[in-house]
Amino acid sequence: MQFDALYQEIILDHYKRPHGRGLREPYDGEAHHVNPTCGDEVDIRVRLENDTIGDVSHDGVGCSISQAAASVLYDLVNGRTVKDALVRTDAFTDMVAGRDGGEPDEELLEDGVAFAGVAKYPSRVKCALLPWMAFKDALVRAQASGDNGAAKVGGSA
Amino acid sequence: MDTITPSAPRVSGERSMNGVPALDVATVRADFPIFERQIHGRPLVYLDSANTSQKPHVVIDALRTHYELHNANVARSVHTLGTEATLAYEGARAKVAAFIGAAGPDEVVFAKNSTEAINLVAYAFGNASATPATSDPRFVLRPGDEVVISEMEHHSNIVPWQLLCERTGATLKWFGITDDGRLDLSRIDEVITPRTKVVSFVHVSNILGTMNDPTPIVRRAHDVGALVMIDGSQSVPQMPVDVTELGADFLAFTGHKMLGPTGIGVLWGRSELLDAMPPFLGGGSMIETVTMAKTTYLPPPARFEAGTPPIAEAIALGTAIDYLSRLDMHAVAAHERAMTRYALDALPTVTGLRIYGPPDAESRGGTMSFALDGVHPHDVGQILDEFGVEVRVGHHCARPVCARFGVAAMTRSSFYVYTSTADIDELVHGLEHVRKVFS
Repeated sequence: MQFDALYQEIILDHYKRPHGRGLREPYDGEAHHVNPTCGDEVDIRVRLENDTIGDVSHDGVGCSISQAAASVLYDLVNGRTVKDALVRTDAFTDMVAGRDGGEPDEELLEDGVAFAGVAKYPSRVKCALLPWMAFKDALVRAQASGDNGAAKVGGSA
Repeated sequence: MDTITPSAPRVSGERSMNGVPALDVATVRADFPIFERQIHGRPLVYLDSANTSQKPHVVIDALRTHYELHNANVARSVHTLGTEATLAYEGARAKVAAFIGAAGPDEVVFAKNSTEAINLVAYAFGNASATPATSDPRFVLRPGDEVVISEMEHHSNIVPWQLLCERTGATLKWFGITDDGRLDLSRIDEVITPRTKVVSFVHVSNILGTMNDPTPIVRRAHDVGALVMIDGSQSVPQMPVDVTELGADFLAFTGHKMLGPTGIGVLWGRSELLDAMPPFLGGGSMIETVTMAKTTYLPPPARFEAGTPPIAEAIALGTAIDYLSRLDMHAVAAHERAMTRYALDALPTVTGLRIYGPPDAESRGGTMSFALDGVHPHDVGQILDEFGVEVRVGHHCARPVCARFGVAAMTRSSFYVYTSTADIDELVHGLEHVRKVFS
């Protein structure tokens, strides 16, 4: 059936057994994003080690697409350089928005290519992008806080 | 002008216990062209009527007939077409008035939808409060005055009152919801007090399906001198609603949930109150005399219908009302009750399914929201769509209700005159598949 294109086994696996889930400390930047149409929520924390993503941790409530996207985000950006992480963020965004000509770069996006089918479901694109947009925000905040202080432990950002 | 004789009776020979005719669903469905189409190669199973209803041929034809034969602006033309359009538009107003038992057509104000109808009343309070010396004191809010709503409201019956309270300094209060999804009226005398100026609440919940008894709320509100508004968006389409029996001062509902087109809604108000209310929107068609310095306004309902109204939509709403009246609203209500009872039995056969709201059909309208253990409503809705089963998922514009039950979203099925038990069986079948995908 057609929904196999959306509900790939890889996506369901990430949903049922998410990678890197749970908010961790210390972190340098944090973002909380909400999808107002469905109420899905995601929190992303980013810790920087010089030019590298030292840790990206996540938590949230939402559909399989948004929660699996957070799990894949962890796999794709954790331990990468900031530059590399942003390249992957752009590639994932372009794929889900249908701007990559239907030819996702498997080497770059790994399990993330399972989300290629989302492009055919306009109402679900936001779900797949929710953690990635939060990641971008958290990263900007981490970079800003890195300019003027140490990583946070406890409390809220 | 467009009376359509049904080719077959829409009620079957069968009668329920209390003598109400039963709807013949197969005949009713044949009146709705959309049921000819397929979704992903499967027959359409439309369980989203609380969101918007489907439209019968006669309503679609009414729109077309108006534009093909009678199109002109209303209330300002001496020519033949203008006269026909005006007669049809005002005729629709009279049909609405009769349908809800209003004292007369002048108590019916056409608005864009329920949202606009509620805003119209909220703005009457806001505008009156801006000029307290010259306004009817019943509409003047001051700091310390109270506005009462409930946690069960659609956002359209929350936000206008929040905005009003922000503008006037009045305090917003509300009734909570009990665990089984009813309004908690246990502290009614503390919620509605002599400081209360207006109480606005939902008749049938769009998310829990709860059918609220207006009587105790209306009685208490009137005892303390407050005005009462009822959101009838979900009740007027599916049960006989008589404004005299309701006892409220204002009733809002919308055409598109009762077989009519989008873009047309209704505010009913007691004429004496509408008379006392300042205008909402200013413009053409609502004025008596305009000078550059000062304008005087027409009496209601024209006072509240600035600009060219949705003429064809109003006329087609009149046609929808004719259609519903021919089905008999008692039969419609009995059908909703029968579908609700069937769904209350059928849905819990799905493992891990939990229904929100009252457990008995007698306390519910034809709307049923539920949770499926471990599966997010978005995923439920997406997979059901592949089976041609159309349900709504999300917070249903009633986020406080979701928060009350500790969830971000719910899956909602809702029934109407064309819903059959086979539709509910398809829903159950689809839900079993959802379980398999996520097992």
